[in-house]
Amino acid sequence: MADWKSEVEEVVFPGKICVPYSWTVGSTLSKWYVQLRDDGEIWANRCPSCGKVYVPPKIKCLDCYKDMNDWVKLPGTGTVETFTVVHYHEPGLHPKKPPFVYGVVKMDGADTGLVHLIDVDPDKVKVGMRVKAKIAKERTGHITDIKHFKPLS
Amino acid sequence: MGKRVGIVGVGQTHHAAHRLDASGVELIAEAVTRALDDADMSLEQVDAIVIGNMDHFENINYVDMWATDGLGSCMKPVFKVTTGGTTGTTVGAAAYYHAASGLFDVVMAVGWEKNSESDTQAAIATCANPVLERDPFAGAIGPLATEYSMYMKAYGATEEDAAIVAARDRNNALNNIYAHNRMKVTVEDVLNSPMLSYPVKFLDMCPRSDGACAVIFAVEEKAKKMCDRPAWVHASVVRHDYTHFGDLEWQWMPTLERATLQAYKYAGISNPLRELDVAELYLPCSTCGVKWMDSFWFCDRGESPKKIIRKRVTEMDGELPINPSGGVIATNPIGATALIRVGEAAWQIMGRAEGRQVPKVKKALATGFGGCSWSDVFILGADLP
Repeated sequence: MADWKSEVEEVVFPGKICVPYSWTVGSTLSKWYVQLRDDGEIWANRCPSCGKVYVPPKIKCLDCYKDMNDWVKLPGTGTVETFTVVHYHEPGLHPKKPPFVYGVVKMDGADTGLVHLIDVDPDKVKVGMRVKAKIAKERTGHITDIKHFKPLS
Repeated sequence: MGKRVGIVGVGQTHHAAHRLDASGVELIAEAVTRALDDADMSLEQVDAIVIGNMDHFENINYVDMWATDGLGSCMKPVFKVTTGGTTGTTVGAAAYYHAASGLFDVVMAVGWEKNSESDTQAAIATCANPVLERDPFAGAIGPLATEYSMYMKAYGATEEDAAIVAARDRNNALNNIYAHNRMKVTVEDVLNSPMLSYPVKFLDMCPRSDGACAVIFAVEEKAKKMCDRPAWVHASVVRHDYTHFGDLEWQWMPTLERATLQAYKYAGISNPLRELDVAELYLPCSTCGVKWMDSFWFCDRGESPKKIIRKRVTEMDGELPINPSGGVIATNPIGATALIRVGEAAWQIMGRAEGRQVPKVKKALATGFGGCSWSDVFILGADLP
C-alpha cells in the first residue's frame, strides 16, 4: 500500500472560469423588495388556504400549492431561533468585518424564519433573544435594506 | 416492458428571450400549474416528481432544493436529472420509468431554463473535456457546422436545403402562441441572414430562451380515469456515445439511428415516414433537419435532400409534418426544450394542439438531442401499446 501512487506522475491543470450572471427576482419577490426599498417595510405573504405566513415570501404555499396573493405587513420584531458567530474574514462575501453574528429570526406574525445579521455583542447573543429590524436609511432594493436586527432591550 | 403509461396533462410557459417578469421558480410554477389544469387534477394526486435543468446556465445548483414552492415538491419524492440538451427528454424518460416500474402511479416531469441569466455559450463550453478539447469545441454552433459541412461534401446537400427547414419551422411557429420567435421568413431570408459558422447562418440556429414545461405521466388505470384520450407511451429509448469529439461519426448520427431503430421496434413501426403522423424533433439547427432525416430512417443515408427536403414532405400538409410547434429554432429554454417536444407530441395525440394541430394523429415521434450527440426518443400513440 505504501507506494500505491508511485506509478502515476501526477499531472493537474489549473483553470479558472469567469462567467457573468444575473438573477431575475420575479414578480413575488420584487413586490417584497420594492416595499422594503420604497417604504422601509417588511411584508410577508399568507396562504389563502392554510393561513401560513411566509417571509421571505413564497411563490406557492409549500403545503397547499395555492397562489400567495394575500400580503401582510410585519411589525419588524421577532425572536432569534438560532445563530452563529462569524470569525473569519471574507471581504468578497461578508457584509462586515468579523466577528459578527448571523441568525435566523422568527418574525412576529410570520411562520418562517429570516436569515440576517444580528447587531449584538457575540458574547451576549442568545437563542430566544427578542430583536427588531433596523431599516437602512439609504435603500437600494437589496436584502441589506434591512441593515440588521438589534436586541430590543 | 413495465406497466403501460399515458400522458394525461401538459403545461408550458410563454417562452421569451427575457422573462424578466418571472424568476426561474415562477417559470416552473407557471408550467406546473398549467399542466395540472390541462390534466384537471391537483398536485395532491402527483406521487413523484422529476425535474431537470443545466445548473451552469443559472449558476444556482440544486433546483430540487430552492424551487420547492414553485415546483410543488414539498414532502414528495423528487429526482433531479441533468443531461445537457436531452435534459427534457431525460426527465420525461425518468418520469415514465417511475410510473412504468409500478412504484408510482402519477409522476410529473418538469424541465426548465432561464438562459437569460448567463452567457449560454460560455456555460456550454464547460461541458467539453477541460484538459483536452475545450477550446476548439466550445459552444454549440461549431460541432453543428462541422457535421453539416461534412454531410454537404459527402452527399451534395446544400445551404438552401437547410434554409428550407429553417423556413418551415419558423413559419410553423406563427401558429404556436407559446413560441419564443414567431417570424414569417422565406428561404431567401434564411440564406441572406448573417453567417455564424459556415454553413450555419443566424436564421438556421436556435435561440436561447427562458421557459419551462411540465408533463404528467399516469399508469394505465389512472390515465384512463383522468383523461379521455391519453397519449400512451409506446417507446422511450436513450442512447449515448462519445468520449472525445474526435470519436464521433460526423456524417450520420449513430445514437439517433440506434435509438430510433429500437423505438420503432418497440412501437411496431416498420416504415416510420408513412406510419408516423407527426414528429416533434429536437433539431437545434436547421442543418440537422436535413442531415438527421437519414438517421430517423426516413430515407437512406444521403437521400434526405432529394427525397425529403426538396419534396416538402415534412411541411404541415406533407406526408409527415415535422415540428408544427416551430421546434427548437423557434423556442429553446434548454432544460425544457426536449420535454416541450414530448408535450407537443402528446398534445397532437390528445387533440389539444390548437392552431398547430395535425388532423387525426395516432402516432407521434418526439426526440431530444444533447451532449454532443446523444439521442432520446419517445413514440406516443393514441391506442394502448
